Amino acid sequence: MASLSIRNVRKVYPNGAEILKGINLEIEDGQFLILVGGSGCGKSTLLNMIAGLETVSDGSIFIGDRCVNDVPPKSRDIAMVFQSYALYPTMTVRENISFGLGIRKVPKEEQKKIVDRVAETLQMTHLLDRKPALLSGGQRQRVAMGRAIARNPSLFLFDEPLSNLDAKLRVEMRAEIKLMHQRLGTTIVYVTHDQIEAMTLGDKIAVMKDGVVQQFGSPQEIYDNPDNIFVAGFIGSPSMNFLHGKLTRHESGMAFSLEHQGMVSLLPLPDKFPASLMPEGVIERDIILGIRPEHITDAISARRSEIAGGYHPTEVDCTVEMTEPTGPDTLVFSWFNKIRATCRTHPRAAAMPGEHMRLAFDLSKAVLFDPVTEQRL
Amino acid sequence: MGADSTQLRVGRIAIYVLLVFCALYYLAPLYVMLSTSLKSLDEIRSGNLLDIPLHPSIAAWSKAWGEACTGVQCQGLAPYFWNSMKMAVPAVLISTLIGSLNGYVLAHWRFRGSEVIFTSLMVGCFIPFQVVILPMARLLGLMHIANTTTGLIFVHIVYGVAFTTLFFRNYYVTVPEELVKAARIDGAGFFFIYSRIILPLSLPIFMVCFIWQFTQIWNDFLFGVVFGGTDAQPVTVALNNLVNTSTGVTEYNVNMAAAVIAALPTLGLYLVAGKYFVRGLTAGAVKG
Repeated sequence: MASLSIRNVRKVYPNGAEILKGINLEIEDGQFLILVGGSGCGKSTLLNMIAGLETVSDGSIFIGDRCVNDVPPKSRDIAMVFQSYALYPTMTVRENISFGLGIRKVPKEEQKKIVDRVAETLQMTHLLDRKPALLSGGQRQRVAMGRAIARNPSLFLFDEPLSNLDAKLRVEMRAEIKLMHQRLGTTIVYVTHDQIEAMTLGDKIAVMKDGVVQQFGSPQEIYDNPDNIFVAGFIGSPSMNFLHGKLTRHESGMAFSLEHQGMVSLLPLPDKFPASLMPEGVIERDIILGIRPEHITDAISARRSEIAGGYHPTEVDCTVEMTEPTGPDTLVFSWFNKIRATCRTHPRAAAMPGEHMRLAFDLSKAVLFDPVTEQRL
Repeated sequence: MGADSTQLRVGRIAIYVLLVFCALYYLAPLYVMLSTSLKSLDEIRSGNLLDIPLHPSIAAWSKAWGEACTGVQCQGLAPYFWNSMKMAVPAVLISTLIGSLNGYVLAHWRFRGSEVIFTSLMVGCFIPFQVVILPMARLLGLMHIANTTTGLIFVHIVYGVAFTTLFFRNYYVTVPEELVKAARIDGAGFFFIYSRIILPLSLPIFMVCFIWQFTQIWNDFLFGVVFGGTDAQPVTVALNNLVNTSTGVTEYNVNMAAAVIAALPTLGLYLVAGKYFVRGLTAGAVKG
């Protein structure tokens, strides 16, 4: 087991393309790090560099307290699970799992013991003599994990391991990976483009874009306090709403004034946004308010949670454009100043499309962004 | 429905008739060669080209193999046939092996300039034989392997590597890159990955290269006649000499038998490994 420290790491290709522009990440022994971002953000490149499959152009990578920049992959004490599983097609499952052990000169007896133990933990003893071509996607995924576990490495690397599975299996395997982490307690670096995997699995998430870490923190931190509009929009499903309006003084505090159906609605901001803390020149200017769908809800649900000690919400009348029932909630879509907002309401409280509905805004969890820099205020 | 299926059946029959006709058309020369080789000279002179031999005899075959004159010598094709074998087998094996290693490197161990090297190798596929004759003659002379089987093997390897590299490289790029990465993390090195992961996947493409190279090398005439000298002449050159040696009557039956003998090895290889040829050219690597 080992901690992982990535210090000022850059990757520049010979043609001058800068894929990673100075990455700094630090996780402790046993933590589960998620690298998440859209395609081309450099997350897989970074993982390959941790694995030693790509060279580090600048900066350094430490596994434990050892700088591994010039250490070949096999000596880094890592195991990797690939998106395509990368099982050796001509070998049986048993040979696949013991391949790396054989190279490490683990005695045959010992190899057999390890393979049997791994197969038992992953419930695939009956698959040991099959070739990968005869396995289903989920089984291949399991073998790939078994091959990684058998090595008993100090660091696991996962490269989008669930992307090739269907939706149901993905949820199952996700839980299995999490259980494996809880059981083994090995440090994991996990690359994904799926924000749900990121939220559910990670101890720490690094949200990446264009070779830069946009934000690094625990899933809840990133969900509640996104640093910028990209992170706010990327994490969470359905996405956070970004309402365009003005920041104004209101009574003793501040309010967000929103043009809506020809009128101006004032949404008073809670005390955590005091005027004194606002940067110069922001007041009475355009601003973006980020608010998650679950914080715009029907008035009845809002009052109920207010009684339970919640924040006093502001209610606004709106016209419903469309609804999407999901079962536990119904998503209601309505327009606010040319932005279509998603609101999560109680299924029985949701109005029909075209009807009016009173929506309650809970601004206690809202965040404000500068419309120019798109950074958090 | 009934009309439709009748139409369909008529279409089928038309297709089969056409296919059988084409097959017969292409097989006709082979039939003529085989039947003529089994006839006596008298029968050839008196009968029709397409007649079935009345008194089949393999006398012409044994003459072509062991006694027919190729120029001044009269030992038949046998020594040249073995010359060809001694040349073709090592040349095929070595050029295929080198091509396989080249392809492995160019597909999975790319380095700066590897694409340039690949492109230059491709150019090698388009260089006509005639262009390299003079420089090659000089080179073989300097290496003291002119007019030897070794020299011919060398020439064919040099010429064949461009093709085999192309075949193997294009086959190996379909092998997922992640397989090699996984093996590297497992601790396997360059040759270990090649022998344990890549080679076991390569049977179809090896067959393609064997057939392609063997056909090219066995059937080559130009290099054989230029660089073979007198001792290392391959069977193609000997066949030419045998047919062109005119002392008295032209022995069509012997000529035909000799031609079939010279063509037999490539024919045999196609029959044995032909199915891999199509499969290897069309199919990608095994999906993990």
